Amino acid sequence: MDISQVLFYALSAMALGSAIMVVISRNPVHSVLWLIITFFAISGHYILLNAQFLGIVNLIVYAGAIMVLFLFVIMLMNLNAETEPQKNKWLKLAGVVAGGCLLLVLVAALKQAEVKGKVAMLGTGDIGLIKNLGHALFTDYVVPFELSSILFLSAMVGAVVIGKK
Amino acid sequence: MLIERYIYLAIALFCIGIVGVLARRNAIIIFMCIELMLNAVNLLLVAFSKMHHAAGVGKAAAAGIDGQLFVFFIMVVAAAEVSVGLAIIVMMYRNTHSVDVNFLNRLKH
Amino acid sequence: MNVLQLVWLVPFFPLVGFLINGLLRKQLSKPLISIIGSGMVLASFIVSVLLFTEVKNGNTHVANLFDFISFGQLSIPFAFQIDQLSSLFLLIITGIGFLIHVYSAAYMHEERNEHFGRFFCYLNLFVFSMLLLVLGANYVIMFIGWEGVGLCSYLLIGYWFKNTEYNNAAKKAFIMNRIGDLGFLIAIFWLISKLGTVTYTTPEGTGVFDLYSKLSPVDITGITILLFVGATGKSAQIPLYTWLPDAMAGPTPVSALIHAATMVTAGIYMIARSNILYTLAPTTQSLVAAIGLATALFAATIAIKQNDIKKVLAYSTVSQLGYMFLGLGVGAYTGAVFHVMTHAFFKALLFLGAGSVIHAMHHEQDIRRMGGLAKKLPVTHFTFLMGCIAIAGIFPFSGFFSKDEILAAAYAKDPMYYYLGVAGAVMTAFYMFRLYATTFLGKFRGTEEQKHHLHESPAAMTIPLIVLAILSVVGGFLGTPEVLHMGEHRLEHFLAPVFEASAGLKEAHHLDHNTEYMLMGVAMALAIIAILVALFRYSKKPEVHEPAGFGKVLADKWYIDELYSFVVVKPMNWLAKFLNNIFEKRIVDWLVNGVGRAVNYTSRQVRLLQSGLVGNYVLLMVLSMLALFVVTFFFNKK
Repeated sequence: MDISQVLFYALSAMALGSAIMVVISRNPVHSVLWLIITFFAISGHYILLNAQFLGIVNLIVYAGAIMVLFLFVIMLMNLNAETEPQKNKWLKLAGVVAGGCLLLVLVAALKQAEVKGKVAMLGTGDIGLIKNLGHALFTDYVVPFELSSILFLSAMVGAVVIGKK
Repeated sequence: MLIERYIYLAIALFCIGIVGVLARRNAIIIFMCIELMLNAVNLLLVAFSKMHHAAGVGKAAAAGIDGQLFVFFIMVVAAAEVSVGLAIIVMMYRNTHSVDVNFLNRLKH
Repeated sequence: MNVLQLVWLVPFFPLVGFLINGLLRKQLSKPLISIIGSGMVLASFIVSVLLFTEVKNGNTHVANLFDFISFGQLSIPFAFQIDQLSSLFLLIITGIGFLIHVYSAAYMHEERNEHFGRFFCYLNLFVFSMLLLVLGANYVIMFIGWEGVGLCSYLLIGYWFKNTEYNNAAKKAFIMNRIGDLGFLIAIFWLISKLGTVTYTTPEGTGVFDLYSKLSPVDITGITILLFVGATGKSAQIPLYTWLPDAMAGPTPVSALIHAATMVTAGIYMIARSNILYTLAPTTQSLVAAIGLATALFAATIAIKQNDIKKVLAYSTVSQLGYMFLGLGVGAYTGAVFHVMTHAFFKALLFLGAGSVIHAMHHEQDIRRMGGLAKKLPVTHFTFLMGCIAIAGIFPFSGFFSKDEILAAAYAKDPMYYYLGVAGAVMTAFYMFRLYATTFLGKFRGTEEQKHHLHESPAAMTIPLIVLAILSVVGGFLGTPEVLHMGEHRLEHFLAPVFEASAGLKEAHHLDHNTEYMLMGVAMALAIIAILVALFRYSKKPEVHEPAGFGKVLADKWYIDELYSFVVVKPMNWLAKFLNNIFEKRIVDWLVNGVGRAVNYTSRQVRLLQSGLVGNYVLLMVLSMLALFVVTFFFNKK
């Protein structure tokens, strides 16, 4: 068992465990913190896959900007465990069962899929480097890239308009 | 690393996100679970990108790069979505003094 | 230019007459209507004569007018075929049609203007359809004409539509014809499915009659039987004959034209046209002969006891049509067509004579109230007598030759056919002279009022009678049998090309001359005895009281109508009542209302799903996705 496999299992366990904690924490602030840990684990996976650019962006955008925004909103509302009313027990159970069924179905479907034996490169391959991604982004994907700036502008305007009411 | 393991991991993360959406009533937690699901998909996309790169080495230098660019755009969209979504949740809190989605039953009318 | 290319003019003229008289019947005066109506048929007759002379020189022609139906491999052109058989029928239809048009102009003069116009427009439409029937170069065009004459028959039987009984007779004729037409239609579909064509014959050899070797014996037998079913409907054979006597509800010229001379012979025309198929199907031939013979005898027995002048003639027509089918069944196609022709002459004559009598008697049709009309209606009397002798088959009148030809062929096939045929012929002679004696001889038995008004009919009615009487007398000389050494059999010679193919397929029966003399002699001697008995019995002392015993069974037509009513009509009514009262109310209504109620109930329940709670919606969404995944991944076996 080489180091990358050890890292893979460790990061996977970390991601799954903290994701479960996100769902079951009573306190929203704890949820946010667990989610940040999940994102860190996923970023670790990216780096393991030699997708360094995405790993860094994931940390900066998700763990840094978005989760801070979440924390900010939660703090603003002064939410805590006691303020959240609990859902009907049966509905909760139904949610869990539905999610479990989905998991089963997808896993069973994967058993029939033709991906057996295919391998994802770990640690090698340079498509995840900033140089290559940047080159593709500013040649083949330049139009969607520019359009995304319009998306940001409209999201910003939308957030301001909704917040002003 | 075998691709199935990434797929299992992504499915597991995605389903945890689904369960969170279904079982919780707090709008912010639901929103966070959606982000979790997005990240599960992102992880899978990067893994597939590397898989295709492994298969396409020697044929095309940039094989599989599209998968990573998609992840990039998903992040862009997610950032925009979060800004608007959080604004809506703040609005909702202002109106109902709660973030409980069960108060949002206006869809019936 | 080839005269034969003018063939489209023949049906065109009556169509024009139909349109003018139909559209302008309220504006035109009666003389103008009758001139247009008769003139158009006369024009057709003239063209037909031109065509006939051309055909007589040995030219035949198929005129393709336009593509009627064309898709895939199937192509049905709107084409007219002018050959020996169709040109002969053209002459009969337009010639007799013209005489009857002229006669009608006088016979119908009491009608109001628009009804007079309506009558002529129907008559012209009938002539048009009948011409289409005989001219069509394929079975589909024949079927169009076939349906057209059925429609006109319905319209003309129900011409006096204010009388419910007449309307019922019209409906009966129409419905019974439909039963037969269904057989015809299925036969056409069968031909299309097996051969991909319905054209009779083509120079390239792709017609039905060229490709018959492709059909299996089962196909040929099936198709010919179905065609024969069509013929039994149109030509009033057992079991579909009961409409024809009822069809006498129509005006008498209609009975003469449609229900004696032309339309009812359409079945014979069809079988004569398809002669090759019938020659190849011996089973069907035996069936045709048996049905024809049975009809001939059966209808003759009924005719003996009828008291309505037109009913007697109607049953006589059914009986004579039976003879024609007997002829077709034993392979004497020329004989059958010959009998069609002579029968058209003398039966049209008899009907028109009967019309003249009815006209003189002010619409009295019961022969028990007539008698002694010979002195008052000399022309009618004389021509009617000619017709009676002709139909009885007395040498040298026309009926003798055609009937003799059929009977001789029947004897050659099976002597039993001959004996039964002669029995029918004897009955024919008997009932015709019973009719003649009761009507024209003895003392007048009507009211004083009728006696006072008795008068001979106008010239427009007597001239057609005289022309037809001459034809009835001399018409037979077209087809004199070989043994009598009176020249060749001209009709057989003329029609030979049409029946050439069948003639090559069947073994020829040749009777020696002595047998033929004997057959003729026996038939004629028996007929003369029957005539004498009838004259002796009915001229002095006609039966005026209701018949009893077996006579009553005959007078009531063997109770066939009652039998049909009991076997077919009553169960149908019962079934309809059951479907209407029970099935409709209990089952159909229950189903329809049940669907409504079920939708109402389920929507009430499903409505509860719309709780407005976002959580529930998401849960449903996930469950649906789950279902979709299951279906796509696990039930999508390629």
